Amino acid sequence: MSNNNLESEKKMSKKQGEQNSARRTFLLNTARGLGLAALGGLVWSAYVDEVTASQLLLRPPGAIEEEEFLKTCIKCGLCVEHCPFDTLELAKPGDNKPLGTPYFIPREVPCYMCTDIPCVPVCPTNALEEKLVSNDEGELDITKAQMGLAVVDVENCIAFWGIQCDACYRACPLLDEAITLEYSKNERTGKHAFLKPVVHSDACTGCGLCERACVTEKAAIFVLPKEVAQGKVGDHYIKGWDAEDEKRLENAFGEETKTELSERSPMDSLNDMGGLLDE
Amino acid sequence: MSRIYDKYRFLILRRIVQISLMGLYIGANVWGWKILQGNLSSSLLFETVPLSDPYAVLQMFAAGSLLATNVLVGAAVILLFYALLGGRMFCSWVCPVNMITDLANFLRRKLGFNAIQKRQPATRNMRYWVIGISLVISFAFGITAFEFVSPISMVHRGLIFGLGFGWAAMLVLFLFDLFVLKNGWCGHICPLGGFYSLVGRFSFIRVHHNEAKCTLCMKCKEVCPEKQVLHMVGKHSEPVLSGECTNCGRCVEVCDDDALGFAIKNLSAQKK
Amino acid sequence: MSVSRRDFLKSSAAASAAAAVGMSVPSELQARSEQAQSGWRWDKAACRFCGTGCGIMMATKNGRIVAVKGDPAAPVNRGLNCIKGYFNAKIMYGADRLKTPLLRVDDNGNFSKKGQFKPVSWKRAFDEMEVHIKKALKASGPEGVGVFASGQYTVMEGYAAQKMMKGGFRSNAIDPNARHCMASAVVGFYQTFGIDEPAGCYDDIELTDTVVSWGSNMAEMHPILWSRVTDRKLSDPDRVKVINMSTYTHRTSDLADIEIIFTPNTDMAMWNYIAREIVYNHPEAIDWDFVKKYIVFASQPVNMGYGMRRSDEKSVQQGKYDGKEMETLRKEMRKEVSDTEAPALSVFGYKEGDMMENKPAGLKHWEISFEEYKRFLEPYTLDYVARISKGDPDEPLDQFKQKLQTLANLYIEKGRKVVSFWTMGMNQHTRGSWTNTLSYNVHFMLNKQARPGSGAFSLTGQPSACGTAREVGTFAHRLPADMMVKNPKHRKITEDRWKIPNGTLNPVGNQHIMKIHRDIEDGVVKFAWVNVCNAYQDSANAHHWIKAAREMDNFIVTSDGYPGISAKVSDLVLPSAMIYEKWGAYGNAERRTQHWRQQVVPVGDAMSDTWQWVELSKRFTVKDLWGGYTLRNGVKLPDVVGEAKKMGYSEDTTMFDILFANEEARSYKLDQNDPIQRGYDNSEGYGDFRNVVGSDGKVFEGYGFFIHKYLFEEYAWFGRGHGHDLADFDTYHRVRGLKWPVVDGKETQWRFNSKYDPYAKKENYGDFAFYGTLAKALSQGNLTGITDKTKKSLKNKAKIFARPYMDPPEKPDAEYDTWLCTGRVLEHWHSGTMTMRVPELYRAVPEALCYMHPRDAQDKGLKQGGLCWVESRRGKVKARVETRGRNRPPRGLVFVPWFDEKVFINKVCLDATCPMSKQTDFKKCAVKIYQA
Repeated sequence: MSNNNLESEKKMSKKQGEQNSARRTFLLNTARGLGLAALGGLVWSAYVDEVTASQLLLRPPGAIEEEEFLKTCIKCGLCVEHCPFDTLELAKPGDNKPLGTPYFIPREVPCYMCTDIPCVPVCPTNALEEKLVSNDEGELDITKAQMGLAVVDVENCIAFWGIQCDACYRACPLLDEAITLEYSKNERTGKHAFLKPVVHSDACTGCGLCERACVTEKAAIFVLPKEVAQGKVGDHYIKGWDAEDEKRLENAFGEETKTELSERSPMDSLNDMGGLLDE
Repeated sequence: MSRIYDKYRFLILRRIVQISLMGLYIGANVWGWKILQGNLSSSLLFETVPLSDPYAVLQMFAAGSLLATNVLVGAAVILLFYALLGGRMFCSWVCPVNMITDLANFLRRKLGFNAIQKRQPATRNMRYWVIGISLVISFAFGITAFEFVSPISMVHRGLIFGLGFGWAAMLVLFLFDLFVLKNGWCGHICPLGGFYSLVGRFSFIRVHHNEAKCTLCMKCKEVCPEKQVLHMVGKHSEPVLSGECTNCGRCVEVCDDDALGFAIKNLSAQKK
Repeated sequence: MSVSRRDFLKSSAAASAAAAVGMSVPSELQARSEQAQSGWRWDKAACRFCGTGCGIMMATKNGRIVAVKGDPAAPVNRGLNCIKGYFNAKIMYGADRLKTPLLRVDDNGNFSKKGQFKPVSWKRAFDEMEVHIKKALKASGPEGVGVFASGQYTVMEGYAAQKMMKGGFRSNAIDPNARHCMASAVVGFYQTFGIDEPAGCYDDIELTDTVVSWGSNMAEMHPILWSRVTDRKLSDPDRVKVINMSTYTHRTSDLADIEIIFTPNTDMAMWNYIAREIVYNHPEAIDWDFVKKYIVFASQPVNMGYGMRRSDEKSVQQGKYDGKEMETLRKEMRKEVSDTEAPALSVFGYKEGDMMENKPAGLKHWEISFEEYKRFLEPYTLDYVARISKGDPDEPLDQFKQKLQTLANLYIEKGRKVVSFWTMGMNQHTRGSWTNTLSYNVHFMLNKQARPGSGAFSLTGQPSACGTAREVGTFAHRLPADMMVKNPKHRKITEDRWKIPNGTLNPVGNQHIMKIHRDIEDGVVKFAWVNVCNAYQDSANAHHWIKAAREMDNFIVTSDGYPGISAKVSDLVLPSAMIYEKWGAYGNAERRTQHWRQQVVPVGDAMSDTWQWVELSKRFTVKDLWGGYTLRNGVKLPDVVGEAKKMGYSEDTTMFDILFANEEARSYKLDQNDPIQRGYDNSEGYGDFRNVVGSDGKVFEGYGFFIHKYLFEEYAWFGRGHGHDLADFDTYHRVRGLKWPVVDGKETQWRFNSKYDPYAKKENYGDFAFYGTLAKALSQGNLTGITDKTKKSLKNKAKIFARPYMDPPEKPDAEYDTWLCTGRVLEHWHSGTMTMRVPELYRAVPEALCYMHPRDAQDKGLKQGGLCWVESRRGKVKARVETRGRNRPPRGLVFVPWFDEKVFINKVCLDATCPMSKQTDFKKCAVKIYQA
């Protein structure tokens, strides 16, 4: 019995020992796995964070907001395939752009603003959303696209020197809506006029035909994503002369404000005489 | 001739399938063919049937994307297809990386690396970890994590839309599999392979082993990229049940003794 | 400090007053060639492109032109340019510049019509030309040798070509592409004033109150002038009105107060409507003192056809024109009077449905009474004109009528100055010459012509359409300085000056540019040479001419900088020096002559066209060319060899010695101490470091005299003292161009106005003198014919013509349902041979688009940006559909520019011309558009 017991105890302890060691191995393996996973995950997420940080990409028409776009685009390239002008490209390794996502470089090939917008309806994930390029009747309308906004570098735009260029203006598919000419006298010559291009953000779709057409070495008119190109007034300045402008107030609420001066409670402030009494 | 065909019939068939699929995709982009447009992440078959990579969709879900009907249907079609036919058939019959890693593996055998490096220093379960991590990162960063690093997409997309530095990814995979780890990418790391392993658990098409005919030559294990799934060879007559089997058919064609063959799972179970 | 508008007006008024007195050559404008500054050299030149005539400065460094800037001292542009202007240097440095002669040869190196181009020496090139010219002369006489000349020739090149062709080969088959561009304006000038070229100048822009643009997209085609119009509008936005008259909306509409979109060809009806408004509803606006003293009224036959091939011509009889083409071609012989033209033709004895038998009428016209003219105007009521003219089917008729009324009122308004500008819309027109004269009618009756700020002003398209094509006279029918080949006195003057025997010059000058093409197709012209143009891309109905060039027994030579379409269809291609690789001069639309020096040595083995002509002249002797000939129409050219011998030439004296290297020529010395020549290359004079192996197989070492100066001075001799006075060669190198006539060192701003024009003053005829001498004695008659053949002199008078609205020969119908209009874009020059090779310009506009109305596109199932076929009875091209952008046609009309050789729209166009001016109507034919 005792022998038996002993033996069984031995067996037990041996088994326990084995169990302990197996448990230890398991724990170790798990820990190692977790460690490796954490390391790999960290590197991985750092990389992914990096490649998706690029903000200067121009997306196809109808692209949803960039952050959503990155999680929704499945990188299938159907938009690229349906673009009749080879405008769109998928980011390749080495492009330093979110890998596999569609974009275009207007200086190379701009968006020609097809009226039937073939790139959008084929998107399987709605990363390119028809609603964003449709009019109120629900028909596709490329003029609703907001791929970006053209910006004029007035120092390098030769029209601002008085040269008769307006190549961008003539290239604009929404001529006289997205780009208009501002006329002013050229006092230097005394008999010529400046015809300066002015971009209107409400109409500009960011197609980039202007950037493509620009005759300067590096385009003096170029398209940037709207959020990059534009400032934002906020809802505290309202145009007093424009009733429409009040619409911006819809989501306004009286926010509590805080500056360095106001960050403490009134009590704390009052009880702190600071250096008031010192000479 | 027929002997060579016999020895490589599945390999040849697989290459034909892989390359023609590739060709259809390239044709769609270059010449505007309307058969199979897009790429392996998501495609359109005959301009009507959506097909989507369910693992990518899973990441999108984790990232918090609003999933469109199209992509859900597409993922379901693919999921169903592989669930029935054998999940990892994707790996050996469709995935373009397979050709790279097969080449590395072939060279390993020819150069005798396998004999020197007998023990593989890594676990094949790594891929399940990678799936887990990818979903965590997708969730945390709001992006489809694996899709931004996937060498499969890099290669496949690269061949259709332009490679860029994608050739580097191909080279790294090749060198990794050749020198570092046997079946390193496909057999250890690839989360897509892992994902299809899980999907393919209950599929119908299976390799069956007939122990009675086996001469224990072990050629099957030699060529198998996932040789753990052939644990029954020489021991029991039973189907390969592991989802990790890629249904590549290499074991079937190298077996000189007719001890391995494809069959439908339930039918063979009844026989048994 | 900003100048207030008042100050500005004052200063510009002062400036124009100073100008009005006639500025002497201002010393501060003297062009000093800046000596080597930091390794580059700046020098002045004229822009290569349009007729505006902007001054530019070019920087040369290490034998290449490295930069271009607008010339701040140039009065036209004051340092500004359009975007093309900045690429004047880049156009010379395209990667595929032609550098060596190329000949079509077979495997054995022999010339073969079916051969491939292979490089050959200049000697071989001239050998081949000599052989084939002699062959052509033998087969067809002088009519067998043709030259497609150019309004882009330098003055010297044009003069050299003209001299060798007319004086040497005795062939008048030299006609410029300016025929396509300005010929109708020229006939308008000749018939109205008796002398070519505008009365006004660009200063009119700063002085006028009203700018009416008739068929001219100034904003794109004359950007610098447009900038001046814009400035004028900004100076007084309420007073200054801009009106754009066009068949479609384009950039010129941007600034316009009124845009009138009219049906093609109905500009004639609208001009007559304005005249009717004056005569019937505002007779008080007529300046009778002026009209009675200076104006006569005139009429002419109306059944003169449309300048197409007639049914008795060889190629038509041979069936080279298929059934579809014949549908239109038949109208050349007879045409049914339509409902749209019937009211206008009623006073000429036609009614709707009548068959009008067309006959060539030449330039015949006769004097009529004012009452007859008034009777002629009767039909042009607002109702009628608005009905046929309204070009936009979507515009309400009432609105259109109101615009026409406003337009007429602006012209009529007392004290309002009006300038009418036009370009190709009015010139490229099957009644182009008529329409040009109709513009003067209105201006004359109101006494708003040849006055500062008022006048009808033809803008030219090409940089030297005026300076070379017209003034030098490189037209089939012309000689220098408004002289005509058919006038024996003019021929004699020319022969004497050229020191060639009397009787040498050929009196028959009928081979205009389309006729040369047609003569090649008929097998008459067997040798043709394309100079400084792209005759095979720029001519309508191109397919016929290309086929004739490639498939018939002839020899086509093209001299060019680049391999364009003309070079492609040629048998021999010669590499030409481009603009600043040679000394040259251009004359712009306001009679301003501008010179430049050779800035750099040409690329490769390229040599100037002047050199090519002069070298060719070495191959032909007196006995080769000056024997007797009988021309096609029976006119005999006498044998003048004997006469030549009497002049001291021998049978073997070469044309080189007679025409180019004569004693007078050799007196123009090369002189590196001459401030004009110092430090500049002169490849023709000295040869150059390239040591090009020339036409005799030896290194070309120069002629040893200043040939450009000789050619210029000899040419200028013709005009001096005859109202065409040019300053001397050296003066032009010191100033920024001068507007001729330059008398006593002073340029002339407004011709025919005694206050400004010394020639008008000299006539002592009053405030004006329309002193031109051509067709200045007329028979008397009524609208339909001559009643009294006695010719009455109209010295110093101008003419108002009774010229009715008529339909073009081809109008849209059920099958070809759309009007096609062609033209240019700002970014490209003509056929794009140069500008399509400038990356910046190519990128800006890489292809020609088919501009159309979005509803037309929708109705035809076309997609924006998709491809469509544009098909006429003659051919079809594929182009991309553009429903947005710079040109916006009304429904029923499309616009396709012609710069793109890949969208070869001239295969589609109809080669109908104005029967008087022979200028092709590129602005209208009928096409159908469908998906490609």
